[in-house]
Parts: sequence; structure tokens; C-alpha cells
Amino acid sequence: MIQYILRRLLQIIPVFIGTTLLVYFMVFALPGDPIRALFGDRPPSEAVIAQLRQQYNLDQPFWVQYGLFLKNLFTFNLGVDFTGQPIAASLGRIFPVTVMLAVEALIIQTVFGVTFGLIAGLRKGKFFDATVLVASLVVIAIPTFVLGFVLQLLIGVQLGWAKPTVGANADWGNLILPATVLGLVSFAYVLRLTRASVVENMNADYVRTATAKGLSRPRVVVTHILRNSMIPVITYLGASLGGLMGGAIVTESIFNVPGVGQKLFQAVIRSEGPTVVAIVSVLVLVFVIANLLVDLLYAWLDPRIRYEN
Amino acid sequence: MTTSDVRISEAGQADTPLLEIRDLAISFKTGSGEVQAVRNAHLTIMPGETVAIVGESGSGKSTTALAAIGLLPGNGRVSGGQILLDGEDISHASEKRMIELRGNTIGMVPQDPMSNLNPVWKIGYQVKETLRANGRPSGPADVAKVLAEAGLPDAERRAKQYPHEFSGGMRQRALIAIGLSCQPRLLIADEPTSALDVTVQRQILDHLEKMTSELGTSVLLITHDLGLAAERADKVVVMYRGNVVEAGPSLELLQNPQHPYTQRLVASAPSLASRRIQVAKELGVETDELLAPAEAVVVEPTMTEDVLQIQNLRKVFKLRSGFGKSTDFAAVDDVSFSVKRGTTTAIVGESGSGKSTVAQMVLNLLQPTSGKIVFDGVDTSTLNSKQIFAFRRRVQPIFQDPYGSLDPMYNIFRTIEEPLRTHKIGDKASREKKVRELLDQVALPQSTMQRYPNELSGGQRQRVAIARALALDPEVIICDEAVSALDVLVQAQVLNLLAELQSRLGLTYLFITHDLAVVRQIADHVCVMEKGKLVETGSTDDVFDAPQQDYTKALLHAIPGARLMLPPEVA
Repeated sequence: MIQYILRRLLQIIPVFIGTTLLVYFMVFALPGDPIRALFGDRPPSEAVIAQLRQQYNLDQPFWVQYGLFLKNLFTFNLGVDFTGQPIAASLGRIFPVTVMLAVEALIIQTVFGVTFGLIAGLRKGKFFDATVLVASLVVIAIPTFVLGFVLQLLIGVQLGWAKPTVGANADWGNLILPATVLGLVSFAYVLRLTRASVVENMNADYVRTATAKGLSRPRVVVTHILRNSMIPVITYLGASLGGLMGGAIVTESIFNVPGVGQKLFQAVIRSEGPTVVAIVSVLVLVFVIANLLVDLLYAWLDPRIRYEN
Repeated sequence: MTTSDVRISEAGQADTPLLEIRDLAISFKTGSGEVQAVRNAHLTIMPGETVAIVGESGSGKSTTALAAIGLLPGNGRVSGGQILLDGEDISHASEKRMIELRGNTIGMVPQDPMSNLNPVWKIGYQVKETLRANGRPSGPADVAKVLAEAGLPDAERRAKQYPHEFSGGMRQRALIAIGLSCQPRLLIADEPTSALDVTVQRQILDHLEKMTSELGTSVLLITHDLGLAAERADKVVVMYRGNVVEAGPSLELLQNPQHPYTQRLVASAPSLASRRIQVAKELGVETDELLAPAEAVVVEPTMTEDVLQIQNLRKVFKLRSGFGKSTDFAAVDDVSFSVKRGTTTAIVGESGSGKSTVAQMVLNLLQPTSGKIVFDGVDTSTLNSKQIFAFRRRVQPIFQDPYGSLDPMYNIFRTIEEPLRTHKIGDKASREKKVRELLDQVALPQSTMQRYPNELSGGQRQRVAIARALALDPEVIICDEAVSALDVLVQAQVLNLLAELQSRLGLTYLFITHDLAVVRQIADHVCVMEKGKLVETGSTDDVFDAPQQDYTKALLHAIPGARLMLPPEVA
């Protein structure tokens, strides 16, 4: 088991180099000059531009730039962004906010998705099931920005149940609205996945055997249907965690959450290679580790899966 | 009311039936209205008695039994009649009452040991929750005791293992342990051993019989095997298409079957048949002319030439044993035999004996570690890819599972035509003609061409698989458990068909099976395999009449119903 974990952690190295190289190249290949773009309509003197170029190594060829980036990374010196702020410090500010947002969204989608999915699956073909299925389809069909603005207006402004925007001081309480919006889309998938899995397992032979043993219905549901049904759901949740961390650009903008999505978006617009790659590097780590956790959880849920050499 | 109270009150009145099913009707709701699955079923089980319900799949035997424990699937319901347990009608009892009864009063041993244990819980836990739900002591010692009583060796350690770490036989023992753990008064055993090897089957049934007679448990045994039913039960109830067609004491019913269906069942029960199918040879020339396709050459079996020679065949698999080490496991160990053209050779053995591995090597799907397979004078290991392609045309397989071996997305025409297309034989029109002929040969209507596998029954699918195997006019057909998944009557039909095709087309069969009863019906020669080794070989009659090895004797002895005496005209 430990061997397996170590091997998986070692796999991070090639994945990490590959993704950062790719992202660095894509930012490098973006059209336009980032330094000139920085100044907009009033270009500075050529000397200033050249000096800035040199400062950010933009005058070097691609491989040198990437090499310098890697070197800085391994010496824990991420450098400064185009506004002169240390990248490490801004990562330290934005990541806790996004992690909070992602975890809150994950909890919302898991708790509600699994609960509703389980009930719908057990009552397959009944009114509740049909309602929930249609509702989830509607949620999947509505784009996040529509859902976000509607909930912001309805719950945040008109009803005043939650703060409509987050601002600088993000905490669990005022992140509830963006977390709900973020969780809603995955919630619909978790629900449908749980429902399908429950429906499948409900008719399994061992469930009938469990009933024949004289177990009460709740016991059969919890120990024999729910646990077996969680296996595909867990896989999806693990994969969605990565999406929640990195893909919250729209939600973070609507609710003014100072998180990874906003920062990443700004950095891409400005062609700020080092910042983009630094953020992506952390996201790659999150992805890989989340997937490792899913695989371990998988083995715990299903003893038939054992990781050996 | 506890179980022991019931026992005492019951002791005085042993002539009251424990379970009585009266005029039971069960219907299922389907897309096109209600379908009656069971009509006017009636049966009576006295305390301590074993009653068997016999019938083919779809006869309603399992449905009747499931109704007795209140486990009909969601769309099924009891639409008439009564199920009396100790005089109490439980056919419409509340779920609460049924939960009280299940486990304690009515236990169940289900059919398939592979799918009836939850794969994510330890065996011990699955026993423990049964004991706990029925208010019995459920400590580790109690769990181990229950498992040990069901004949599971080293029960305490075994309780900590998961189902996938158990063999089929051990899983079935665990399920029997669960079914009997709360000492129910009635045990419903639904095909408890049909998924197991014959020798294991025998051990398990013996043990079940011993346990239930010690506990005084009544047993409702569901089976498709008349021989097994007659051997194990006091009374047999025969069901056909939802009706009870005949019932009575086992031996009487077997020796003097009244209903035509029972007569057919007795006649085709493989475990009771005693000689090779002669159908083919009795067919004569007329049928040959009627049925044989124009261009098919009727090969006269010469019976002398060895079409297949297996010489010192060995296959070693490396088993991982952790930390990068591996141990060698000889799945097939020094096996030699030969197959004469136009004959049938059966390889018999239990699961794990290596018989299927031999088949795969003969089909050239698996490389032998050492040894030779000589087909028509050529060592198959020396063939290049082009020659292997040609070889495949001459040697075709029929596999066990007719559900898994046909592509569900291909219609029957495409399924049978595919080998012809792959081998670029004929044009579109001639291929279609060939498919029609093949369907005729396997006695399927030509209209089957446009249908899909899921619209066909198991027997029809296996006929399609045979047609597909015949498409390339092969010389040798490897049948890997080709009839094991079929009901007895269907099995008999398919075996007849195979025998008929053999005499007509001069085919050579290599028949892989665990079922000695099937061997007796189809094979000329038998090779008995045990743990990778060939332990006995000889002509079918020699092996059956005078087995030399203990293992062969054990296998023969384990055929259910083998000890029953039957009048010759029935057998």
C-alpha cells in the first residue's frame, strides 16, 4: 500500500513538468506584447520597455524562460507579477479563499446530491423521482452565469438571506451563495449518478438476500444499497474537486470572490506567464492528490480493489 | 412468540402442515398489462419434510418460492390464493410481519453464490448482521460457530475475509450458514448448488441435508434438475408455465410420470440418461437429403485419422505473491491425448482443472509454455499469422454463455455472416444464401435473421452460436461448456442438434464440460482432468462403467440421481 502511494506521488513529477511546460508554452505563444499591453494607449519609452522585458526575462528565448521559471520554483522563489507583487504572497491570499469555496460547494453537492439521489432511486418511477429528475435537468441546462445572477438577485438582494457579494473578507458564511451556485451544477450530476447507481444496486441479488435475512428496510438501504452505490459517485466527486478549484472563474466574478479563478483570468488576459503557470502548478498538484485520494477511498469502499505492484 | 415456543406447540400436532400454498396466483405488471406468472399453484410442506419444485426457467418455481418469503420483485403481486404458514395467511402480510418472519422462521439460501454476498462487507459481518437483526447473540464466537457448522474450515479467520477471497463452494457454505443461522423452521433453497461443480455440489447438499435434519427444518428446494430433486426430496412438485402439473412422492413420480411434460423431463434429464445420443445415426439418408445444403459435402467419418494431437502440453502462469516475487502455477501439466476425425472427445474436470486452458491453447488463443498441438499433421505453434488465419477457419469455438458471446448490437444475420465476411468468402448474395442454409441447419426460422440476440431465448442463442461456428465449414469445433447454461430440455435439443450435425458434416468435437451427464450423452472418448493433469482417459463406456481413478469415481458418484433406479424405458 505504502509502495503504491509512493509510486503515485512519484508520478506527479512527470505530470507536473509536462503540464507546466505546456501551459508556459501556451502563454508564451499568446499574440501581442504583454509589456506594451500593460500600458495601454500611452506607450512608455523604448528604454523602459526594454528594462521591463529584461526584468521579466521576456527578452530570453522560450527554453531559457521556462528553465528560469523551474529554477525559481525549486528555490521557492516565484518572483513578482507585473504589478510588482510577489507571486507567492498573492497565491497565499487567493488559495485559502478558493479552497474554502470549493470545499463548501463539495459538501453542498455531496450532501444534497446523495440524499436526493438515494430517495429518487429508491422511489424509482414515482412522483418524487420524476420531479427531481426534471429539476436536475433544468439545473444542468441553465448556464452558471444565469443561475448565479438570479440567485444573487433573489436570495442576496431581494430576500436578503445571504450576502450578495463576498469582497475581501471571505469566510464560510458569506461564501454560502457562491458555493451553492458552484455546487448546483455538480449537484445535479451527483444526484443522477447516485440515483442510477442506487437503481442498479437495488435489484442486486445480495440486496434481496439481505432482506431475506430479516434485516429492516433502513438497514438494507444503508449497509447494502448506499455503500455499494457510492463507488462511482466518489470517483465523480474527486474529479469535480479539481473543477471546483480551477473552474470557478464565472462564479468568482459574479460574487466578487477574491480567489484563484479571478486571479487566473486576470493573469491570462495580461499574458503573465509566471503567475499563470504558478497557479496552474498548484492546481495540478491539487488534481493529482485529489485523484490519489479518490483511488484510496475507492479501495476502502470496495475491498475487491487492492493496489499492489 | 419465540421460535422455541413454536417448536413446542408444534411438536404435538405434527400432521399440521408448516407451509401450505393454496390456489396461488401471481401476476407481474408489465408494459402491456398484467401477466400471470403462476396460476393455481398448490403445495404442502409438513414439518421436517423436504419438498422440491422442479421446472425449467420461467416455469414459476422461483416466483412461487419468493412469494412465500414476501420477496416478489416490485412489479409482482399475489393476485389470488393463500400462503398459509402455520395456518396464518402471509400472502398479503405487512412488511413488518414479514421482517419478523424472515431469518427467524423462514430462511433462504439463494441461487448464485457469486452475486448473493455483498462484495464490500466481510463474510463475518454479513453473518453477524443476520444474527443481530433476529435478536440472537452476535459476537465473533457466535459468528464463527455458525460458519463452522456450515462446514467452513478455519471459520474464525475466514470470517474476516471478503467474499471475493472465497471460492464458489465456500461462498455457498457461507450463504447456507446465513440461511440457517437463526434456525428457521422453513428453509427455501433456490437452486442452491446449480452454479457449482458436481463434487462440491454433492458435499454441499449432503451437508445441507445433515444440518436441516438435525434442526428439524423443512426445506423447499427449487431446482431444474429432476434427478437432484428426486434424490434429495420427499416429495416433488413439477411446474410448467406457471402451473403445477404434477406432484407426488419423488420416486413414484420419477418412475411413473403421468403428465406429458414430466415424461419429457424424465426422458431428457441428463443425469438420468444412460447412453450416447443415437439420433444422428438413426436419421438415415432421407433426412440427409432433405436437410443437407447442396454444396455441403457429407464426409464419411473415417474414424482412424488423428485430426488433433496434443503432446506433453504444459501451460505455466506466473502468480504474483507480492514484493515483485512470483510463483509458478502449472494450469496444464503434461497433457497428451489425440482426437480422431469425426468423433467427440470430452475433457471433463472441475473448475480450476485446466480444461478451458487446454481449449484456449488448441484454439491458438493462448501460447503453450511447452509441448505441441498438432492439427492435421502441422504443429500449430509454427504457423505464421496468415496460416493462423487459415487455421481459424478450420477450427471454430462455441462458448458457454450464449448471452455474452453474441454481440448485442449485431442482428443475427450480421452475427452469422461476420466470419464469412472476415474470411472474404463469397459475395453479398451468396453469403446471405449461406446464412439462410445455416439457420435451416440449426433449425431456426429464417425470419430470425432480422432479430437481435436479446429477442431470443438461451437455447435459440446457442443455436445462433452454433450456426456462426459452422459458417466457415470447420473441421473441428471446440465446445467450451456449450450447453452448461441451458435448461435440461433445451440442453437435450442442442445436444441432439450437435450429434446430428456431426454425422451429417463429419465434424470433430472437442467438448469441454464439468457435467459428466452431458459427457455420457455426447462423447466417444473422455479425458478426465484434475489440477492440470490428465488423470484418466478412455472410451466413454469404459470410463463410465469401469473408472480406474478415485477422482473419476468421485465425479461419477456425484452426479445427482445416479443412484436412482429407473425403469429402462424411461431412462
